[in-house]
Amino acid sequence: MNEISIDIEDVTVAYHGKVALESASLQLKTGTICGLIGMNGAGKSTLLKAIMGFVKPTKGRILINKLPIRQVQKNNLVAYVPQSEEVDWNFPVSVHDVVMMGRYGYMNLLRIPKFHDKNIVQESLERVEMWQMQDRQIGELSGGQKKRTFFARALAQESTVLLLDEPFAGVDIKTEKMMINLLMELRQKGYTILISTHDLASIKTFCDQVVLINRTILAYGNTADVFTEENLSRTFGGSIGDLSLAKNLLTQEDR
Amino acid sequence: MDIIQWFVAPLQYEFMVKAILVSALVGVVCSALSCYMTLKGWALMGDAVSHAVMPGVVIAYILNIPLAIGAFVFGVGSVIAIGFVKAKTRIKEDTVIGLVFTGFFALGLVLISKVKSEIDLTHILFGNVLGISNDDILQTVIISVITLATLAVLRKDLILFCFDSTHARSIGLNTTFLYYVLLSLLSLTAVAGLQTVGIILVVAMLVTPGATAYLLSDNFDHITLIAMASGVFSSVIGTYISYHIDGSTGGCIVVVQTLLFIIAMIFAPKHGLLARSTKN
Ligand SMILES: Nc1ncnc2c1ncn2[C@@H]1O[C@H](COP(=O)(O)OP(=O)(O)O)[C@@H](O)[C@H]1O
Ligand SMILES: [Mg+2]
Repeated sequence: MNEISIDIEDVTVAYHGKVALESASLQLKTGTICGLIGMNGAGKSTLLKAIMGFVKPTKGRILINKLPIRQVQKNNLVAYVPQSEEVDWNFPVSVHDVVMMGRYGYMNLLRIPKFHDKNIVQESLERVEMWQMQDRQIGELSGGQKKRTFFARALAQESTVLLLDEPFAGVDIKTEKMMINLLMELRQKGYTILISTHDLASIKTFCDQVVLINRTILAYGNTADVFTEENLSRTFGGSIGDLSLAKNLLTQEDR
Repeated sequence: MDIIQWFVAPLQYEFMVKAILVSALVGVVCSALSCYMTLKGWALMGDAVSHAVMPGVVIAYILNIPLAIGAFVFGVGSVIAIGFVKAKTRIKEDTVIGLVFTGFFALGLVLISKVKSEIDLTHILFGNVLGISNDDILQTVIISVITLATLAVLRKDLILFCFDSTHARSIGLNTTFLYYVLLSLLSLTAVAGLQTVGIILVVAMLVTPGATAYLLSDNFDHITLIAMASGVFSSVIGTYISYHIDGSTGGCIVVVQTLLFIIAMIFAPKHGLLARSTKN
């Protein structure tokens, strides 16, 4: 249970020579939900993309379950939900089609779904309460329903490592609660979840670990130890608005 | 009986039978691919590649090798050139595309003008399906089989690639491979289309049927079938019309395609102008 799942060592990422993330190191144990916290431009998405191999680090090493990312992906060990799905919402695919795409990694070359795949898709859609809308073209969904659809696709992948980039952005409270409950269920099953979020208020309710990031990893560890006012002011330092907001949320949470 | 006569009379000529069959086949193949082009937003890319194959076609003529090989090399080469210039300079993509394909096309013109005794420029520019040779028919058939088989096998992966390439990568698919597959098919079908409607109009074959079908359905399978049906219909009817009015075959085919698009644009049940205006 306490194996290292996500292992990042001294990773630096630069875009066109401009460093976005410097010497980041992080070791995340199996069976945890880890909140990735930092202000806009701090490098949260960059870290997740580096883990997925979408941006190449200029130095450092990233392993998931002791494997390099290509092998991890080929073995369906990781699911990734990007920040804003850069997809064409007018594309002629239905909710059901999208979630079935989460199963392609298990299928043969022709991607013909088996009975088991159909079952998993149904189960995933039911868990996010989207089964009734499975035939909708994805452009006909509300913002929350779109997020739920892509979340269901990640569930259908049955990957025990989940990377979620701001899944709660622009989502109603009911959907956020539902997703948090699902994440906690998955942790029970031994999933490792790394989730970037702006919603500091809910961090304590479901994240047992946090990573504080600002162009490098400032601190990480148990939420109780690391999610402190002092650390947060370092994370949001220089950004008065974010800082006072963060303080506000912290005190709210304590009340 | 006039209408039957209209359809039957041209069939007494072997060249017309060949032309109708080849046009229909090219219609099917280009239409199948056009769904991906439309949904990937590759219309400009289609235009670029279809023009850029020209020097390849001429060189293949000179070397006496299948045109498809020359077209393939230059089609894919042009896109690699586009990607290179875009990555290494500050120039925007649409400018780079315009710049590269006209450069290739111009090179093709120069080459043709130097070997003009062997190649008829107008046949390459505007097609010559009424005078198509048996060798060219064989080549079209081979291209069609390759394209349709590839689309059939990789259909799901290509749809995913067009829809959400990030997810495709994250489940371990080789998106670079899929990109070049789509690109190679584009180069190959450009050659097939070149035989019927010519380089100038081949982009219509690679875009219009997909666009028409896209207005008529929200289901990829239905879109593909509708596109292929409209592609065949346009090719066959267009070829007939060109016989009867003694006009440009490529021109007639594309005019029919465009008319179908306009009809769909106005009358499509859900996405048509009428449906939209009654909704609002
Ligand atoms: N594709 C890109 N090209 C150039 N710079 C980028 C790119 N993506 C992100 N950046 C830069 O990297 C930094 C970190 O961005 P990002 O990881 O998106 O932050 P976050 O997700 O925490 O808001 C920012 O300064 C951003 O401008
Ligand atoms: Mg981000």
